[in-house]
Amino acid sequence: MTALPKKTAQKLGLVIDLDTCVGCHACVVSCKEWNTGGYPAPLSDEDAYGAEPVGAWLNRVHSFEVTAPDAAARIVHFPKSCLHCDNAPCVTVCPTGSSYKREEDGIVLVDEDLCIGCGLCAWACPYGAREMDPVDGVMKKCTLCVDRIYNDNLAEEDREPACVRACPTRARHFGDLNDPDSAVSKLVADRGGYDLMPEQGTKPVNQYLPPRPRDADSTRTPRLDPIDGDATPDGILGWLDRALERLG
Amino acid sequence: MPHAVKSDPHRLDLKPHVSDEIRKTTCYMCACRCGIDVHIRDGRIRYIEGNRDHPINKGALCAKGSAGIMQHYSPARLQKPLRRTGPRGSGEFEEIEWDEALETAVSWLEPLRDNAPEKLAFFTGRDQSQSLTGWWAQQFGTPNYAAHGGFCSVNMATAGIYTIGGSFWEFGEPDWERTCYFMIFGVAEDHDSNPIKLGLSRLKERGVKIVGVNPVRTGYNAIADEWIGITPGTDGLFILALVHELIRAGKVDLDYLLRYTNAAQLVVDAPGTDGHGLLARNDDGEVLVWDRRANEERGYRDVSTGAALKGRYRLRDGRTAVPVFEHLVRQYADTRYSPDAVAAETGVDAATIRRIAAELAHTAFEERIEVAAEWTDWRGEKHDRFVGRPVSFHAMRGISAHSNGFQTCRALHVLQILLGAIDCPGGFRFKPPYPKPSTIHPQPHGGVTPGQALDGPHLGFLHGPEDLLVDDDGRALRIDKAFTWDAPMSAHGMLHMVIANAVAGDPYEIDTLFLFMANMAWNSSMNTRDVMRMLEAKRDDGEYRIPHIICSDAFSSEMVAYADLVLPDTIYLERYDAMSLLDRPIGEADAVADSIRWPVLEPDRDVRPFQSVLLDLGARLGLPGMVDASGAPTYKDYADYLVHHERKPGIGPLAGFRGRDGEASGRGEPNPDQLRRDIENGGYWLEHVPEGAAFYRMANVAYQDWAVAKGLVDKPSPVVFNLYLEPLRRFQLAAEGHGPAQPPEHLRERVRRCFTPLPEWYAPFEGGEIDVEEYPYHAITQRPAAMYHSWGSQNAWLRQIHGENAMYVPGPICDAVGLEDGDWAWITSWHGRICVPVRRMQAVNEKTLWTWNAIGKRKGAWNLSPDAPEATRGFLLNHLINELLPPKGDGHRYANSDPITGQAAWYDLRVDSEKADGPPAEAEPAFGAQKNALPRAPKDVRYGSEWDQ
Repeated sequence: MTALPKKTAQKLGLVIDLDTCVGCHACVVSCKEWNTGGYPAPLSDEDAYGAEPVGAWLNRVHSFEVTAPDAAARIVHFPKSCLHCDNAPCVTVCPTGSSYKREEDGIVLVDEDLCIGCGLCAWACPYGAREMDPVDGVMKKCTLCVDRIYNDNLAEEDREPACVRACPTRARHFGDLNDPDSAVSKLVADRGGYDLMPEQGTKPVNQYLPPRPRDADSTRTPRLDPIDGDATPDGILGWLDRALERLG
Repeated sequence: MPHAVKSDPHRLDLKPHVSDEIRKTTCYMCACRCGIDVHIRDGRIRYIEGNRDHPINKGALCAKGSAGIMQHYSPARLQKPLRRTGPRGSGEFEEIEWDEALETAVSWLEPLRDNAPEKLAFFTGRDQSQSLTGWWAQQFGTPNYAAHGGFCSVNMATAGIYTIGGSFWEFGEPDWERTCYFMIFGVAEDHDSNPIKLGLSRLKERGVKIVGVNPVRTGYNAIADEWIGITPGTDGLFILALVHELIRAGKVDLDYLLRYTNAAQLVVDAPGTDGHGLLARNDDGEVLVWDRRANEERGYRDVSTGAALKGRYRLRDGRTAVPVFEHLVRQYADTRYSPDAVAAETGVDAATIRRIAAELAHTAFEERIEVAAEWTDWRGEKHDRFVGRPVSFHAMRGISAHSNGFQTCRALHVLQILLGAIDCPGGFRFKPPYPKPSTIHPQPHGGVTPGQALDGPHLGFLHGPEDLLVDDDGRALRIDKAFTWDAPMSAHGMLHMVIANAVAGDPYEIDTLFLFMANMAWNSSMNTRDVMRMLEAKRDDGEYRIPHIICSDAFSSEMVAYADLVLPDTIYLERYDAMSLLDRPIGEADAVADSIRWPVLEPDRDVRPFQSVLLDLGARLGLPGMVDASGAPTYKDYADYLVHHERKPGIGPLAGFRGRDGEASGRGEPNPDQLRRDIENGGYWLEHVPEGAAFYRMANVAYQDWAVAKGLVDKPSPVVFNLYLEPLRRFQLAAEGHGPAQPPEHLRERVRRCFTPLPEWYAPFEGGEIDVEEYPYHAITQRPAAMYHSWGSQNAWLRQIHGENAMYVPGPICDAVGLEDGDWAWITSWHGRICVPVRRMQAVNEKTLWTWNAIGKRKGAWNLSPDAPEATRGFLLNHLINELLPPKGDGHRYANSDPITGQAAWYDLRVDSEKADGPPAEAEPAFGAQKNALPRAPKDVRYGSEWDQ
């Protein structure tokens, strides 16, 4: 079994805006392309051109239809990757010390050299965020692009996770959720960001911003008043004379 | 950003080497044309990310763009020129050398050029080099050239050009930073992929209301604040009901209408004469208005806000005339467009329509904005501000791909015009080089002289029946019958009719079909099964009805299997391209821009870029402009052409870095260093519109003068917005029996009914020709955000996201016909039936079934294994759609297209649905596997393993 740090200096994580996500999968594929040549390299694809292609993906988007009795049904797009939990069950269950949580920033990683591919961590994770590499047989997971965010081979503005860098609707935000003054902490406070499945006691670092209400019946301007009560074509044309006079 | 960290017992390298070099070019994983940074490591692609400086995507990149690696190394890439050895469609080929391939093509094409150039049909699908391909076809002399616009969104583009001098996407965009209300119609994923996502994000940040009008609530509609789940084909009716409400309340921008539109222009009222319904003109040809103060007729240019918008006036020539606006009021204030009258047909309740109209009016008129600026309009009147109506719109294929699509798109522009919301702060804004009036675009040409070039450009905008491309007997000059009475304003041609017409020999037979990047044997054709048979059809003498087919493509598509000769193209990272102001520029409202692709990697197989091959063929054929006086090739390759070709003196494919020193822009002599300068600049060139020229560009003198200086137009070309579209009335007059150019009798009534100069809504044709009780439902497709038509399936990553499609069926239909999630169903149209997997869905118009576009594949195509889910569970809706409407019994078959533009009416489809007993082995119809002249695809992919730490 592997120990978790008592606390971490930072809690680096993602804030994901479910109000803005259109489910385009940009984050999913940018994650795949960075990481297949990055820290967890490769992210294999088994039977890539065949009947049952199965690949390792560290970030996936699930789309749900939400129905309610008194409202039109709606779609919610839900991107999901490792939430870098403070109380990460995938770490404590690991028999080899391969899964660990960094004291410095709270990022949960897998040291592939130690991983025996037993799959206990995937079983323990309530979010289904772990990915067994189908070809290499070791566990892969979101690294929060740990090989980007401190990497001074990249321009400073690019030292953020690939998914955040790519997102076309800017629905993904990265920062230190331990710092109440960080932009991400403020976003969580302003928008009512929430823990995913808090009842699991995992204390996830990543936060989700809820979709705003849809189809709110605006009563601001329910309808337009017809011109002078006479909206026949002739009535409208009569109004025109007066309106054009005002125009000068 | 995070702080540095302590040493790590896991020996984690936090600062690995990333790439040896970044090469900046332009994406082509879809038509959006984003700037990309390609990171090269050890001669391979480490990864691709969005270019932060690029005007289109500002650093963002979509799923397709990020999957470019898998496209670049795809096992479906063609390797070498191919000659067919088996029957058409088998995919049996032998590899040949390039010289042999090119000489074979020349041996087919040379006799055609000398004797009958029209027997070459050269159609380019998703072509981004139309200014080259069109010029090549013109120099060859065939009238038979177009790209794929006719089956895509020609209604949107054409209605926009005729009405306001521009359209959405490449022509303009919402003012994302200022708009306060945004409506998006008929868009799932769109051509303008990342800009729309970035824009929606800005609207969310600013708390701006987004209204999505779409039968399906996915994608952008899922995040819209309000969703209008409209019934397909009724958007025009909904829009005109909004117009009805605005007019009845007097909520229109009269000042704007008088200054910038033809609202005050006088329409001749002389029933029964050949001038009835045309605009009144004086002897100088100037359109007339009625001066309210002087109480006399004046030229449109001489009167602005003083013109009359209503009344009947006697002109000096004795005729009477009525302003356009009075016609408009009488037409749209009529109760047939009241919210109550349209609610049932549109599926949108009347109270919602009234409220949306009120919200539009409130935002446009109560929340008006102003930008201070001195500017002068084309009449010479000076202004000290730009008045903004902060409501904006975007629309694309969903409203366009119907038989009433042209008038629906027109209706949307009429709505924008009435609100005064075009090219103002907060409204829709043009992107240079637009706006351009339809009258300065070329007219279509079809004049053939063997051995010589065509008499002018193929495609363009005509203005009346006398401009049609028909011979003295009324026979079409073009194989697709574009610019005939079948579809007079078919400005993008009609690729979807080419194969059927050629095989039928109507209007004539052809010899060679030359296709570039057009998958006509599969997802790009209506009626796919029959199109495959047509390509296989033989004459009595055993010769194929289309004797020669040449295809150029980068991948082993379904169409490639039907080619006699295959010219393998490069991948987008291996070639030069130009997103040119001469055809389909990039750009933004505040800047003119173009961009390039360049070979960031060299091909590793025996393939050549199509555009260079085309120039080579042109030189071998001795086409004018492609050889010099000695007969030697004018251009070494496409890159050489991009730099040195001049369409007019000083104007070439690329507008930036012109002139000897590279400091000129727009106009300037060729600069041999131009491509290097573009590459150094990040693969694009951009120049901002000057201050004072940013709005009201249809009338703004400062903008017009700048546009001339930059070579966007030859002379100042203000645009007067056409609420009333006189060219339509000219066709209608002919249908009423006036003039020498008369429609064939079977089309006369249709032209009278559909070519109304003010847009009217009429029901989609398919629903009118069949028993709608037998086919009670609508069926449509949407493009997924993570897959661009057929290209995506070979992509090892994208096919894991969309490897199969299902038919999404509304809950009420499932309940009515006893379908459950996971069942298979027969979906039947008047034309065909398919058996497909079903998913139940609620967030959809309750009469509408839908599925993702172009996921299904033929077995063996794209070098996928024959049991790939794309081929066993994936399917096409195309099998249900015919290029013709059902027979009427009058001996004529009418195209399943818009009667004005010929746009393929994909979304008019009506269907029925029933449960399939027992799940079938695979989706039906199923086809035999095609072969590939390719090495077998690898089983597993471990891309990037060489960089494992």
